[in-house]
Amino acid sequence: MHAVEILGLTKDYLHGFWRKRPSRALDGLTLTIEPGEVFGLLGPNGAGKTTTLKLLLGLIYPTAGTARILGHPLHDVQVRHQIGFLPEAPYFYDYLTGWEFLDYCASLFGFSRGERRRRVGELVEKVGLRGAENIALRKYSRGMLQRLGLAQALVNDPEVLFLDEPVLGLDPVGRREFRDLILEFRDRGKTVLFSTHILPDVEMLCDRVGILNQGHLHGLGTLSTILALKVEATELMMGQVSPALLEELRARGNSVRITGDEVSVQVPEQDVDAILNLVRQHGGRLLALTPIRRSLEDYFFEQFGTERQLDLAERE
Amino acid sequence: MQRTRVIALNTFREAVRDRVLYNLLLFVFLLFGTAILFGQISVGVQKLILVNLGLAAMTFLGLAIAIFIGVGLVYKETDKRTLYTLLSKPVSRAQFILGKFLGLGLTLAVNTALMSFGFFAALYYVRGNFESVDKYLWVAIYFVFMQLLLTTAWALFFSCFSSPILSAVFTAGLFLAGSFSQDLRELAAVVQVGWVKGALSGLYYALPNFRNFNVTSAVAHGQVIPLAAVGLNTLYGLVYIGVVVAASVLIFQNRNLK
Repeated sequence: MHAVEILGLTKDYLHGFWRKRPSRALDGLTLTIEPGEVFGLLGPNGAGKTTTLKLLLGLIYPTAGTARILGHPLHDVQVRHQIGFLPEAPYFYDYLTGWEFLDYCASLFGFSRGERRRRVGELVEKVGLRGAENIALRKYSRGMLQRLGLAQALVNDPEVLFLDEPVLGLDPVGRREFRDLILEFRDRGKTVLFSTHILPDVEMLCDRVGILNQGHLHGLGTLSTILALKVEATELMMGQVSPALLEELRARGNSVRITGDEVSVQVPEQDVDAILNLVRQHGGRLLALTPIRRSLEDYFFEQFGTERQLDLAERE
Repeated sequence: MQRTRVIALNTFREAVRDRVLYNLLLFVFLLFGTAILFGQISVGVQKLILVNLGLAAMTFLGLAIAIFIGVGLVYKETDKRTLYTLLSKPVSRAQFILGKFLGLGLTLAVNTALMSFGFFAALYYVRGNFESVDKYLWVAIYFVFMQLLLTTAWALFFSCFSSPILSAVFTAGLFLAGSFSQDLRELAAVVQVGWVKGALSGLYYALPNFRNFNVTSAVAHGQVIPLAAVGLNTLYGLVYIGVVVAASVLIFQNRNLK
């Protein structure tokens, strides 16, 4: 049984006041996610990521196609006992405290009072809200709300976790804690489907990714398959570089970067040996040699255009 | 049912924390102010004024809550997207709608009950005793509550597909139309054109009949309210509310959340 099975999922939104015209947000999406997988749904703004999650959660209805979660059809409310969801930029009842809100969420699963107390206590600790649990949510910062959102998604210890832009609003510590939490979740055999456009997190977390753009699936597979991970260049970092060596490196047409006493150059793979010989001849010292591979961000730029389209302001 | 109860209790908690029950202060101030003021007038008029004013205040303060909170019951949850979290839990849309209705119903019940105590306290202050016929004041208060529930059902219905301002206008309009629906029936009786007669009669039956619930004048004059009237009004109210809430569920069930 697949954790998530999506078959030809399509969604049209109607626009206009008098004469409604359809615009397609998602076009025949088909993919499966296996149990225990961390799957990243990537794409620029308006690609159809949130639409996909909303369809899976039954918040909107598909124009065509279908999907199953843990073998259950989308309209089956019972499957929600086994899933958790963190919406994008979550907003919760601001008249409740953090503890009251989590208790409310837990009571929707029918847990007893004692069980709720235990689960909420654990989650408050886990997401780093200890000490803030009795403060009204209207006083929570953006990052605290995001942590609380993650806690409510975990309150039923779900089998499948859906996260929509989960690290938005988190500080670096929060993002690191989030990543650890997801990895711990995966180690317990659970499934995670998350949408994001923050690429470094994807590279660190995802077993497989699906790349969406304008409602179409552009790529599906492991990162190495999609990016065709070959070494595109090599960066050499050197110390004790004499003026003569520096001159020689520049003469060979390499872009040279000087940081304090260290000098870095990027060279094509076939030139590495020649540069190493040159360094030895001039008494330089090799500090590091790093193969440079194509990043997910490079892939995005190539596929989908300019930086502006990608809205990478959130990037670390 | 357990999930409906949880949602209803949370809706009640929201109303309490939003200081909705502060309207009670206005009610008490109004009622005791009137009681003290009219305490100087002849004894026979005191009760008449107090009952009329008390029940009218209960109705209109209750209506304000039913309309202004009712129209936001669903709209606020979809607008602020708090519903995303709720509906990702094992909660059906029908349970959500029913829970919201019952939650506001509970708020109105508590509000009306507290007002009733204030009302009877003011009555005792003016007259110094209670009479046997005063028990029918409870029937009048119960009917006020039924009217508030009917109004809440309509506010919830409009809230499922309309903005709060439009919903408030529609609900208030329906309350007014429903208070004068008897006139439609009388008009239908004198109209000769068949289809107009049919349309007026249809409208009469479709609109909530609030006039049947208005027994203020009768109880103010110490009249007895027959038990049959209580039973029939209760039955009418429950069936009518059931139909409107079911229609709300039907609409909300098919809605794509924004």
